[in-house]
Amino acid sequence: MITKKIYLYFPKSETEKPIVYHLVKDFDLVVNIFRAKVTPEEEGYLSLEVSGTSDNIERAFAFLKGFDVIIHAGNKGVHWDADRCAHCGACVVHCPTQALHLADRATRTIGFCEDNCVECLACIAACPFGACSSAF
Amino acid sequence: MTKTYAEINEKIASGKAVVLTAEEVIDYVDRRGLEAAAKEVDVVTTATFGPMCSSGCFLNFGHSKPKMRISEAWINDVLAYSGIAAVDVYMGATQLRHNDPANMYHPGEFRYGGGHVIEDLVAGRKLQLFGLSYGTDDYPRREIRTMFDINDLNQAIMVNPRNCYQNYNVAVNVSDKRIYTYLGILRAKMRNMTYCSAGQLAPLLNDPLYETIGVGTSVWLAGARGLVYAQGTQHCSLVERTDNDVPVEGAGTLALTANMKEMLPEFVRGVSFKGYGVSLALGVGVPIPILNPDILRRTTVRDRDIQASVIDYSTDYPQKTGKVLARFTYEQLRSGEVELLGKKVPVTSLSSYHKALKICNLLKAEIEAGRFLLSEPSQRLPLEQGMQSLNITGPAR
Repeated sequence: MITKKIYLYFPKSETEKPIVYHLVKDFDLVVNIFRAKVTPEEEGYLSLEVSGTSDNIERAFAFLKGFDVIIHAGNKGVHWDADRCAHCGACVVHCPTQALHLADRATRTIGFCEDNCVECLACIAACPFGACSSAF
Repeated sequence: MTKTYAEINEKIASGKAVVLTAEEVIDYVDRRGLEAAAKEVDVVTTATFGPMCSSGCFLNFGHSKPKMRISEAWINDVLAYSGIAAVDVYMGATQLRHNDPANMYHPGEFRYGGGHVIEDLVAGRKLQLFGLSYGTDDYPRREIRTMFDINDLNQAIMVNPRNCYQNYNVAVNVSDKRIYTYLGILRAKMRNMTYCSAGQLAPLLNDPLYETIGVGTSVWLAGARGLVYAQGTQHCSLVERTDNDVPVEGAGTLALTANMKEMLPEFVRGVSFKGYGVSLALGVGVPIPILNPDILRRTTVRDRDIQASVIDYSTDYPQKTGKVLARFTYEQLRSGEVELLGKKVPVTSLSSYHKALKICNLLKAEIEAGRFLLSEPSQRLPLEQGMQSLNITGPAR
C-alpha cells in the first residue's frame, strides 16, 4: 500500500463525470478528500489523498489522464513559502497534523511536511507573515 | 579590570576585537570564568526580531513641477500623515489601507497596511503615491498620482517611537470564545499561549539596568546603521525585577532610527494579525561593550533566568485589572508546553528566535570585520521611571 496526494483541476467540460467513484470502484483506492469544489458548468478542483497498491495507483493515474483534467501529484493545495516564513512558530499550535512543526530545536527553525498537511487552512489565518497560502 | 569604549573601538578597527553572540557568551563564561572572560571578550551581540507596532518612517518625495504642498497622502492606498512640510510624510506601521473593512466582518483579515508599505519600500518595489492639496500661491498643484520606489525618494528614514520591549506579556485566553489579538489567535479555555521576546538574546534583557544601552547607542536596525534617539515611549523601568535585575514584565523600551535605503528586506516585514490589524516586524541588533565583568555577567543571562508574566487577554488585559495568572521562564515557554491552572497549555512565539540569532551573527561579523564601531551613549535611559494611566476627566455627561 502506498499513499499519494493529488490535486486535480477540472475545466468546465469535465465536472459532471463521477471520477472519484471510478477511483474507488475500479482501482480499489482508499480516497480521502481534503477539499473539493466540483459544480456543473463551472471549473472546479479536487484535492485528495489516495491509498492503494502502486500498481492500482499507476493505473488510476493513467485513467485520470484520459480526462481533460490537470493532475498535480503532491501537495499543491497549500503552499508554505520558506522565504516569507520568519520562523516565529505562531502556526505550530494551530496546525492539527504537525505538518508545520519545529524542525530544529537549536536554531528554532520551522519546517513544513507536505505529506502531513490536510489543507485545513488554519495556518493561513494564524501566520502574520503571510507565509502560507492556498492554491484555491 | 575595566575597558573603555575607545579601547574597544580601537580593537574593532584593527580587526582584533573578540565578539560573541548573547548565546555563545553563556558557555564561554562558564568555561573561562567571569574575570578571565571579561578580559578577553570585547563585545556581545544581542538581537530581536518581532512585530513592533510603534514604528514608521519619514519620507521626502522631492518637488513636482509645479510644486505641491501635499495635505493628504496615500501610498498604495494607505494613508500617510502629511501635517508636516510640503513633500514630507510619515507612514505608520499600523495604518490600514483605505476601504479596508477592518473588523466589520469579524475577524478581519487586514492583508495590507502601513507595515506592508514599509516592507515594499525596503524591498525596492514600486508603489503609488496619491496626494491632494488645497493649493497655494507658492504650491499651486492640487493633485498628484505617480509611481515611485525608494530610490526616487530623497530620504526614507525609519523613526520608531517604541521598539525592543525589554520583556513582554505572555498571552492566554481564559474565556470560552476564541479571541484575536496582537499576540495572535488565542483559542478558548487556555488552549494555547503566546509570548513575544527573544529571551536570552534580547538587547535589554542582556543589559537590564541600561548600563550600556542609552540615547546615542549605535544599533543594527534591519541591516542599517541606526541609533537609539530617545527612550522609547512607555519606557517604564520601575517594575518588579528578579534577583538578577531582570524585569518580569515590559519595562524598558528604545526609540530607534536608521536610513531605510541601507536596510535588508529580510528584516523589514509587514504583518497581518487576523481580527486585530497590521503591523511591522523588525530585526534589531544591539552590541553590548564588555566594559567590566559586571556587564559581562549580565549578558550571560539564560532563558531559565528570565521570567515573563501570563496575562488573560479576554478580560484582564482589556479591562486593565493588572492581574497576573502565572510566571514562567523563557526556558519553560520555549519547551512548547507549560502547566497553567492545572491544565497543560501549548506555547508558541510571535518573536523569531531563529531570525534574532541570525542578526546576532550578522552583527558579530560586521564588528569582527571592523565595519561597525560602538558609540558611547550621550544620555542614560531613566532607571526610576513609572508609567501613568490615562484618567478620563471632563464635564459629566
